Amino acid sequence: MEFRYEIEGGNFSRAGHASSAVKKILKQLNVDNKVIKRVVVALYEGEVNVVAHAEKGSMMVDIDEQRIRIRIEDSGPGIPDIDLAMQAGFSTASAAVREMGFGAGMGLPNMKKNTDQMHVTSEVGKGTQVEMITWFRQ
Amino acid sequence: MAEQQFYHALKVNNDLCFGCTHCMNVCPTGAIRIRDGKASIRKNWCIDCGDCMKACPVDAFYIEQDDFDKIYHFKYRVALVPAVMIGQFPSNISESEIFSVMRELGFTHVFQTEHTVDVIHELMLEEARSATDKPLISSFCPAVVRLIQVKFPSLVDQIMHVKPPIDTSAIFFRKKLQDEGIPDEDIGLFYVTPCAAKIAIVKSPVKDRPSPVNGVINMDFLYNKVLHGIKNRSGSSTRSPGDNLPNLGPKHISWSLTNGEAPYMKGRCLAIDEIHNVIDFLERVENDEIQDVDFLELRACDESCAGGVLVVGNRFLTAERLRKRAQLFKDIHGMPDDLVPYRDYMKSRVTVETPEPRSMLMLDTDTGVALQKMEQVRKFMCYLPGIDCGACGSPNCLSLARDIVQREAQLSSCVFIQRTMEKHRKLHGDHAIRIIEKTWGKDRLDKDCTKIGAKDEGS
Ligand SMILES: Nc1ncnc2c1ncn2[C@@H]1O[C@H](COP(=O)(O)OP(=O)(O)O)[C@@H](O)[C@H]1O
Ligand code: SF4
Ligand SMILES: [Mg+2]
Repeated sequence: MEFRYEIEGGNFSRAGHASSAVKKILKQLNVDNKVIKRVVVALYEGEVNVVAHAEKGSMMVDIDEQRIRIRIEDSGPGIPDIDLAMQAGFSTASAAVREMGFGAGMGLPNMKKNTDQMHVTSEVGKGTQVEMITWFRQ
Repeated sequence: MAEQQFYHALKVNNDLCFGCTHCMNVCPTGAIRIRDGKASIRKNWCIDCGDCMKACPVDAFYIEQDDFDKIYHFKYRVALVPAVMIGQFPSNISESEIFSVMRELGFTHVFQTEHTVDVIHELMLEEARSATDKPLISSFCPAVVRLIQVKFPSLVDQIMHVKPPIDTSAIFFRKKLQDEGIPDEDIGLFYVTPCAAKIAIVKSPVKDRPSPVNGVINMDFLYNKVLHGIKNRSGSSTRSPGDNLPNLGPKHISWSLTNGEAPYMKGRCLAIDEIHNVIDFLERVENDEIQDVDFLELRACDESCAGGVLVVGNRFLTAERLRKRAQLFKDIHGMPDDLVPYRDYMKSRVTVETPEPRSMLMLDTDTGVALQKMEQVRKFMCYLPGIDCGACGSPNCLSLARDIVQREAQLSSCVFIQRTMEKHRKLHGDHAIRIIEKTWGKDRLDKDCTKIGAKDEGS
């Protein structure tokens, strides 16, 4: 089953809406609470990254009996060095964003940690795509 | 396990209920449906918060209590009263006046439950020191504990494992009387409750341990009796307020109010009251949006227990009076001397197990079947109008769609679908009326001038 959510760049007050919606779906499907928790943490970080770093984006979610596949795409500045961006603590977040409690540089590493597979592609000046897969039975 | 139902003290009086949907629309867990013209509560979804009772225009909800005469089954009749009981009375009525009237009413002892707060507090601090999963969530408000069980099952491990003051004070007082040589069967402990949730906890059998109290008395009932007693006697009390009634200290007095626990816990602590605020916040906690918070005090009622459904006094005035009292007794600290020898006895008996998660959101235990059902729900949502009118007897269109999938309602329960079906000659007008009568009761569509707002209202 597929779901799609739009993510609005720069609107921190809405950050978390898409991950909340996906959380509600997983709860209805009797997915293990620990798995839900991991998925939601990864989703939330992915959603916040679009809000904080890009102009606009969308989240596509595909769920079957075994797994959840998530694809977050945005149009935005892109990531010049993905390996560097994946390092814990690396952040280009502005002082204003940090002020709001975001930008600790832990988003991408936490997404990787909390999903079974993650793949990031990006083109500078165009946008970023993050794909994550998590299996329900660990 | 999942089949075992919660005990609920909250009941609907079918003679008074006329199926008006107020309760259905405010229920924070969507636990109410209208069937045959009456509100019916889904036992496994209800968390006993009492919002339905507060919203009912005809007082059709009631909280089952024990018969007051039951106290006379016992030779020693103890009233366990929380501080909000006192807070309801105007400030010119003194605590000792209230307690002496309670003794005139038949109690041999009156004990304020918050005297045991220090023991609870100590255990909470100990648990907080060793906990890894933060924020810890207070176990004080039973409605919140149930909310987490049904709606936020992933957070059950973060609920603290300490019993609230009612249980703790019951455990203490029974032991104290036993130590005075009184046989257990002569001891009757009665809890004066400000809400349905606390009764439910007291009455829910936990494994094979019997409930620590012998009965429950609703606070509004006792308030009326006490106030009546005070108003109807001339001069001073005929009976002393009884011994063993030291004043509560400021921490104890305000413990059940908003910001009662939070200031006494270590680290970053937040206090949130009112069920919708609590739900909203837990949603964020579950998303891991809230970081570096150590402790959450969460209460189902606005103004916490001062806003309990059985508290008669205005909640803001009740809270104000209690805070003034707390200020007045600001120099009182620690436990009363009587309790000190029982510290370890209590501490070893007031811990609880982690409550079981019992998700009400789950469409099916089998993920594959649940997925199919969700697909059906989404399909039904294409047809339902999405205006959440509740005329189907479910709180909103999505609930109806889920009810249909769970075979608890039909698509034709929706009045808009009925119109469409009639138009396409798939439903006869008489049949449509029968469907409506099934949800709203027979004769519901007949003229009735006695309903609220109508010509002969109330006659
Ligand atoms: N969607 C994105 N678009 C552009 N840059 C991004 C995006 N996601 C992450 N980045 C870059 O990667 C860095 C590290 O991301 P992350 O680990 O989430 O930390 P943070 O968001 O706290 O800075 C960000 O500071 C940003 O430079
Ligand atoms: S806040 Fe107090 S009165 Fe209200 S439900 Fe919770 S325990 Fe009961
Ligand atoms: Mg980030």
